[in-house]
Amino acid sequence: MKLKINGHSVEVTSDPDTPLLWVIRDELGMTGTKFGCGLAQCGACSVMLDGKVARSCVTPLSSVGAAEVTTIEAVEADPVGQRVVEKWIAHQVPQCGYCQSGQVVAATALLKENPKPSRDDIAAAMVNLCRCGTYNRISDAMLDLAGLGTAKDGETL
Amino acid sequence: MKDNDPVLMEDVAEGAPRNLSRRQFLVTSAGVASGALVIGMGIPLTPARAAGTDQMAPGTNVPAFLEIRPDNRVRLLSPFNEGGQGIFTGMAQIVGEELDADPESFIVENAPAGHDYLVVFGKMRITGGSLSTRSSYDTMRRLGALGRQMLLEAAAAQLNVAVDSLTTEPGQVVHTVSGQKIAYGDLAKAALDLPVPDPKSVKLKDPKDFRWIKQPFKRLDVPDKATGKAIYAMDCKVEGMLHAAVQHAPRLGLKPGDIRNLADVQAMKGVHSVHKLDGAVAVVAERFWVAKLGADALQVDWQEPTEAEKAKIRYMPADFSTEAFARHLTEAKGDGTEAESHGNIKTAFDGPGKVISATYHSQYVHHAQLEPASTLARFNADGTLDIWLPNQAPEQFQAQIAKVAGLKPEQVNVNSPLLGGFFGRHFLYPGANPYPQAVALAKAVGRPVKVIWTREQEFLRDPLRPMAAVRFRGALDASGMPVAIEAISATEGPSEALRGHNPKKVDSNAVEGLTGKAYAIPNRRIAQIYVKNPTSLAYWRSVGHSMNDFLYEGFLDEMADAGGKDPYDLRMTLLKGNARLTNLLKAVGDLSGGWKRGPFTAPDGTRRARGVAMASPFGSEAAAIAEVSIDPAGKVVVHDVWEAIDPGSIVNPALVKLQAMSAATLGVSQVLMEEVIYKTGEPEARNYDLYPILPPDRAPRIHVRIVESGAQMGGVGEPPLPAVPAAIGNAVSHLTGKRVRSMPLDKLTLAT
Repeated sequence: MKLKINGHSVEVTSDPDTPLLWVIRDELGMTGTKFGCGLAQCGACSVMLDGKVARSCVTPLSSVGAAEVTTIEAVEADPVGQRVVEKWIAHQVPQCGYCQSGQVVAATALLKENPKPSRDDIAAAMVNLCRCGTYNRISDAMLDLAGLGTAKDGETL
Repeated sequence: MKDNDPVLMEDVAEGAPRNLSRRQFLVTSAGVASGALVIGMGIPLTPARAAGTDQMAPGTNVPAFLEIRPDNRVRLLSPFNEGGQGIFTGMAQIVGEELDADPESFIVENAPAGHDYLVVFGKMRITGGSLSTRSSYDTMRRLGALGRQMLLEAAAAQLNVAVDSLTTEPGQVVHTVSGQKIAYGDLAKAALDLPVPDPKSVKLKDPKDFRWIKQPFKRLDVPDKATGKAIYAMDCKVEGMLHAAVQHAPRLGLKPGDIRNLADVQAMKGVHSVHKLDGAVAVVAERFWVAKLGADALQVDWQEPTEAEKAKIRYMPADFSTEAFARHLTEAKGDGTEAESHGNIKTAFDGPGKVISATYHSQYVHHAQLEPASTLARFNADGTLDIWLPNQAPEQFQAQIAKVAGLKPEQVNVNSPLLGGFFGRHFLYPGANPYPQAVALAKAVGRPVKVIWTREQEFLRDPLRPMAAVRFRGALDASGMPVAIEAISATEGPSEALRGHNPKKVDSNAVEGLTGKAYAIPNRRIAQIYVKNPTSLAYWRSVGHSMNDFLYEGFLDEMADAGGKDPYDLRMTLLKGNARLTNLLKAVGDLSGGWKRGPFTAPDGTRRARGVAMASPFGSEAAAIAEVSIDPAGKVVVHDVWEAIDPGSIVNPALVKLQAMSAATLGVSQVLMEEVIYKTGEPEARNYDLYPILPPDRAPRIHVRIVESGAQMGGVGEPPLPAVPAAIGNAVSHLTGKRVRSMPLDKLTLAT
């Protein structure tokens, strides 16, 4: 089966029912996309399919078809993704970091679709879980990226 | 391909635009690049240099910690693992300060197991107990100073001048008279071959000369974590590796009997083999997803252990339920074993004032770190074992893994990659670490094996923060001031659960947060009634404090209400004469814009109230205020948390704030929504769907003020947690007029 991923077309041999997450991690050897729950609950496995965020742990390989898959490894190749990464660093968002590939991908997908999201748009899109409690800084980074200024009502670094 | 190279298919992984620069980087700066790629792999430095070091005091053998590369980059092997708390950055600041090398030039990895790294008070090594910085601050500064001295001596030999004619500037030795300068990178080889000077011979910097310590230095690990390059145990791989998934026994203690569909699973496409293990059955396959499908499909006849076997393990009975256990704890009889007493508790309740009493409860909670447990094991031709696993105590794991593998500890190379969150999850817990499975499987199949626990298998074996029922009694004098408090906790502490219960002793981890309170209540008695839990127990971020400060501070508010006192003013009065804590309480009041309890109507029309609480965990002091409302569905909304934290003195204010925000958020999660519920011996929730953790839309804004009182350095990772659930509980109680005496609040029916 052919898979378009990060600007390349590759042949993959995993069973068509295999979740895209495990094709990416095991067969293609890219470990930036994380396994957290396997149930589309946490979002650590977020990737983009044709620019839209998808939870790869519940996305069967067979359902990907001709869609272009973008993983965290290629996020910086995209100017929007590059901005997200810059702001993630500027706001010192990650702690343990395990959920952050998914957070960065979700942020990039939102901003590619809507470069000027409102606070509500951000809240609706940024739903991935973080156990370290980086939510305030994710919010700060997103407000900054959306041109809504940095939050002044909480802790900033 | 190198072992553990995270990028198998570089072209795909990198994307075209980065490819060229990346390769260029590899060519021009191979050492650094490969170091960055294997970061967290704990590869030992030159063995010859590190050999024969057992006689040296931990934290002094400079070559076992430091490598200075020709390009002046410094590789530091950290005795503490990085799991989000920022310790790699803090260690670089501390060592860099005395080494006189910019922390930004540091590459930090977790050190392998070894005597040199037992720097926690010079005798042990764990990443936990909020101990890292406070237990090793002087040692790690001295290590940097010893490294600097060795560079000075090497430069003196090279320039043929006296050592005392030399000084340093960041990254270089300077001969003051001639102005000659030599970069550390050009001296390192000679310097690190020199004998390490006597640790007493080096002088540490005067803190007023600090260049990096005390600065809000940015985290070294953030760029890799923002781009998916950070490597966790889950991501490790070696050539020829097989994957394994397990099906755990539904209850701890059960043993695998017949597998009814064994042939079917063995015949599944891609399955290598099926193995019965201790309390589990594993399926080994070329790829993890196949192994997982196989493990899920297994139809295992689980067998009850014999009575003799039950006695040796923590057996989970088939009828266990948390609801019944909570009642059992409440009904525990007696006065318990005393943990703390002051004054005369017998007569203190005979006064003319009011006496109140109440029973409070804590619940089981999961660590729920985002990275489920995994272990990769590889036996080598020379009889050694390489193992990659998330852990907070490499030497302790090494000793246990050696036993399981039938090897000597020194034959086990423990690699400790970055932790995808830990919160106490990755200590040695019987039945809760996958290493025995990985070792058994690697041995059985003769190839390296990586075992990954799915979230469902993780939640089935995750050891829990204990449940407790605490009976409080309080007496007030005629003016409404508290004159006596008694707290008797029916519970089992995590330490006695792991090391065995001593009937004569209280597990301090069971009662901390009931004990050690600073309030001047003249008569007090804190005790524990030991009640064994059928579940496996664990340390959970801030341990006993995570529940006990919630319980105590709630009852203290009840006493305030009974005496007609404002809870903030009452605390201030009870702390009279304690400058450190009255300052801290004032600081959090100021941070919140001045104490106001409410209820009041916010500009958005919601009815709100605030609560206050304090805690004295792990050598630090914390005070928190929370503002809450109740939404139309009856759920608590936490709008803001203000927290003042006094760790005595600090290294990096940015890291302290990060940890405070992180701990406070976990406290919010615990108090609002977390509870492990058992019915018929099994947990109801096996994933985040039924065990929700705080989502972003329920996270409050968190405001932190650091107070440096100058007291002895305390911990940072855990201390900001315990006051937060208590402040929220107190705010909700006041807003609703209904006293909260248990967590989580989401299970209560609330209305204002």
